[in-house]
Amino acid sequence: MNVERILINALEAGIGLETVVFALAAIGLNVHFGYTGLLNFGQSAFMAMAAYGIGTTVATFDLPLWLGVIFGLLAAVLLALLLGIPTLRLRADYLAIVTIAAAEIVRLTVRSVTFEETFGGSDGRQGFSNDFYSINPYPEGFYGVGRFGFSERPIWVLTVGWTLVALSCLFVFLLMRSPWGRVLKAIREDEDAVRSLGKNVYSYKMQSLVIGGVLGCLGGFILALGRSSIQPDIFGTETTFFAYTVLILGGAARVASPVVGAMIFWVVLSLTDNVLNEAIDAGYVSTSIINNTQVGQFRFMLVGLSLMLLMIFRPQGIFGDRREIALDAR
Amino acid sequence: MRRRVAVALATMMSALVCVLGLGAGVAHAEGESIFGFLRNAKGGDLVPVEGAKITVKGPGVNETATTDDTGRWTVEVGKPGTYTVTIDQKSLPKGVTLRNPDADSLKVPVVESQDKPVLFALGKSTRVIQSKWAQAAQLSAEGLRFGLIIALAAVGLSLIFGTTGLTNFSHGELVTLGAIIAWWVSTGNLPLSLPGYGGVNFLVAAAITLAIMGLIGWANDARLWGPLRRRGTGLIAAMIVSIGLSLLLRYLLLYLFSGSSRAYPAYRGQKGVDIGPITLSPADYISMAIAIVVLMAVAYALLRTRLGKATRAVSDNPALASASGIDVDGVIRTVWIAGSMLAGLAGILLGIAQGINFQIGFQILLLMFAAVTLGGLGTAFGALVGSIVVGMFVTVSTLVIPAELKNVGALGILIIILLVRPQGILGRAERVG
Amino acid sequence: MPADQTPVDQRTGSTAESGTRRGQRDAAAAALADVPTEPGAAKPDPILVADGVVRQFGGLTAVDVGHVEIQRGAITALIGPNGAGKTTFFNLLTGFDQPDHGTWSFDGKPLSGVAAHRVARLGMVRTFQLTKALSRLTVIENMRLGATGQRGENVFRALFGSIWRSQENEITERADDLLARFQLDAKREDFAGSLSGGQRKLLEMARALMVGPEMVMLDEPMAGVNPALTQSLLGHVKDLREDGMTVLFVEHDMDMVRDISDWVIVMAQGKVIAEGPPDAVMGDQRVIDAYLGSHHDAALTEEEEEAIIVEAEEALARERAEKEESS
Repeated sequence: MNVERILINALEAGIGLETVVFALAAIGLNVHFGYTGLLNFGQSAFMAMAAYGIGTTVATFDLPLWLGVIFGLLAAVLLALLLGIPTLRLRADYLAIVTIAAAEIVRLTVRSVTFEETFGGSDGRQGFSNDFYSINPYPEGFYGVGRFGFSERPIWVLTVGWTLVALSCLFVFLLMRSPWGRVLKAIREDEDAVRSLGKNVYSYKMQSLVIGGVLGCLGGFILALGRSSIQPDIFGTETTFFAYTVLILGGAARVASPVVGAMIFWVVLSLTDNVLNEAIDAGYVSTSIINNTQVGQFRFMLVGLSLMLLMIFRPQGIFGDRREIALDAR
Repeated sequence: MRRRVAVALATMMSALVCVLGLGAGVAHAEGESIFGFLRNAKGGDLVPVEGAKITVKGPGVNETATTDDTGRWTVEVGKPGTYTVTIDQKSLPKGVTLRNPDADSLKVPVVESQDKPVLFALGKSTRVIQSKWAQAAQLSAEGLRFGLIIALAAVGLSLIFGTTGLTNFSHGELVTLGAIIAWWVSTGNLPLSLPGYGGVNFLVAAAITLAIMGLIGWANDARLWGPLRRRGTGLIAAMIVSIGLSLLLRYLLLYLFSGSSRAYPAYRGQKGVDIGPITLSPADYISMAIAIVVLMAVAYALLRTRLGKATRAVSDNPALASASGIDVDGVIRTVWIAGSMLAGLAGILLGIAQGINFQIGFQILLLMFAAVTLGGLGTAFGALVGSIVVGMFVTVSTLVIPAELKNVGALGILIIILLVRPQGILGRAERVG
Repeated sequence: MPADQTPVDQRTGSTAESGTRRGQRDAAAAALADVPTEPGAAKPDPILVADGVVRQFGGLTAVDVGHVEIQRGAITALIGPNGAGKTTFFNLLTGFDQPDHGTWSFDGKPLSGVAAHRVARLGMVRTFQLTKALSRLTVIENMRLGATGQRGENVFRALFGSIWRSQENEITERADDLLARFQLDAKREDFAGSLSGGQRKLLEMARALMVGPEMVMLDEPMAGVNPALTQSLLGHVKDLREDGMTVLFVEHDMDMVRDISDWVIVMAQGKVIAEGPPDAVMGDQRVIDAYLGSHHDAALTEEEEEAIIVEAEEALARERAEKEESS
């Protein structure tokens, strides 16, 4: 078993592409769920808006990347409005069902053969990230210490990604210490009370949905650019639930929790994947029990189990304050 | 003249075979495949052609299948795309030829969740195009079958929601469990080796499966949801727990069952039976009859029996029900057991209709939600009506929209109905404050 | 129910009160002195007028109010047996529920179809029967939330503290004054969810005052309140009148109703069946029938069933709230 490689992989996962992407997605969910109490189960659709925004703009229509970014952002805002208008006046669980349905609609549509020419079917879209890498300020080379580090392309994506994460956290921090954020938190506690104090709850919920959706959409951009290719099945419901696990791991309604949660999440997944794979390769684990292709399945089971256990035993997250959760009225 | 009639009949038969194939495809889930029946039209009869070789090439696939004694061949392709299907003319038995020897290679698009039927015409024939009406009738029958299956599962989902307030995202896995356990028990291919066990008759297996499902339902409530209720876990927290459970179970089943699609041996390649313009396999007719009988029994139980009335009372108002001496926890326990058994039955019937894979339940979860929401959250009868509507809509809509987008249509309608009539088709306006 | 036939004397009577309180009280009494004691009576200066407000749930008519007026600057009690439709009527008036028919106006402005938050902004602020303290916000944050016209509640301005900081300080000052008045200043930084039932009621009332209302609608302000706090709550309700506000409240506690209200409106089975000064109303045979008769009838009517449901629901909610408090 190569311990050094396992540890380096885990470290790289801790600051790697997935961590950035899920941190951004969870920052958006934190605005929705953590601060406003909105159950958005379609965060993957907001990410898909971004990814397919640039994917189709560049790869299908041959337009510049910056225009794709604008289209992606607009599409995310539009999606939030479409989802919010019918559901934000209704009970909380309606939003959950409608958002998860919308996310499946988006995935099935971009995956379909019918729209293959536009969205690329199940193969998705490639070759849209040249504009992004052509402005890469890092010269060719390896950036890191010893064997830990990244080559010029990933380090460029990560630089942009972590900058976005930092800016998003700052943005959320500024919003949530303001009277605006106070209204959101109050809506999470009791909508009717907020209404009785003269606040337009519907409007605030809509603003929250749009802002959280756009933050999640930033994750979609980084994901698409980092991989230089997108496939529809990346944007399945599992992605949304991974983001929820990340959020709950860190503890909802804290500015930095999605970032901490994403780091822990991907370090743990990297460790389990790598340890299992090495153990199988080294013959410590019989392939009749688990083989290398099944390691990926194990990852999903682990996420499912931890989501359950977290929600049951530590709903406040690893670092959260139990006292606060005990007051939760729901 | 007489000869032309005979030929027309023969082609109609093959057209029906084709429709049967489509039938399997319509309700089918992920795990795309290409299949076909190779049958030689000979004097008005269709003779299966065995041992012919057919090659499928496409993205990541280059596989050759050989037809079995019913003339059937299948290639799992794994994802949508365009594939080239070629028949090896040399592999055909003597005296059997392609109708058009140049047409030995076909390019076929396979869409999401489709089992794509590909037929090579053998012998002499002319074409008869099936009328739209006949197609509509056929699709309606399949839609009804699908709707009834959804209803079986959705009634349980709705009852659990009604009595406990839990939006159970792991209900789909109960459906999958039913389908997979029945396969394990009936074929004897258990995930754990049990020496000397070689499988049992399918009906016995189904009965055993339902008993196991009842146990699973009991365990769900006794070991997980009951304790969570007593801890005072919130509804949203419980919903997220059910999402975790859904992920855990689904991938555990993938690990145990593998990702491939399987069928119950007892119901493989049944011949269709015609009623008017509708052709379904005997298993399909029986499935529908079973679903109808069971749903009627559930309705009767809810309306007439003490337990049913208690269930509805708990759904209406747990506090009042408890105050009137109803054993609320007992009712909820029963609802979990019955709901899980119904979901398991739905899984078995769905497995018969479209084959079994590790996420057949998850794939209809959203349709169940749509059905329950359409009918009005928490009303069992609403769920029933909603399910039929959803099942019919999903299936019949393929007349006008591509089959791969049928779920898109259904989920779109769900959103629109919520906009117009948030309490659902049968739901009542609720009291606020 | 002891029927005291000398209501006017009672009101101007002997309880130890400050002079200003008595001043507003006398003014209200004088204004209402000539109002006939019959359902739908016209008031000299009504702030709220409702006409033909009907709300049905399925086949059940929960509210069917022909005509009712609420006098400005007075404390009006809305009483009635359980399930009489008082809370539903409250919900309708404040925009939390929509009636099937009917019109009503506040300060001359029609309110039909006006959203709940706009009703509040117009100056008609309500509290809830089951207190809605915003548990995971601190007491002071609860209070600040109540202030209207906050610059920082706009998402763009929210990003720049310099725009809203000064206003926030003013709001905080006002909130601190009110907290002191309601004896909640010691709890300032505590989560609202950690307060006792009575303290929550106080907080909810204080928070409503942050909106700057002309009329305060209190839904069972005494329900679940520790007797030690009742007197202080009563004092606060009276103070509202002294500050020139109109109060409409739903209550079960007849002693409280008698003690503080200038006028009483009685509802039963969705309708207004009587109104008048407290003592006159409590001696009214129709009222006694409504309270006693309904409970002595053998067969349960649909309304009574509804009432039992509501009661059971409240009990459950209270139980739940208590469980949360204790955990």
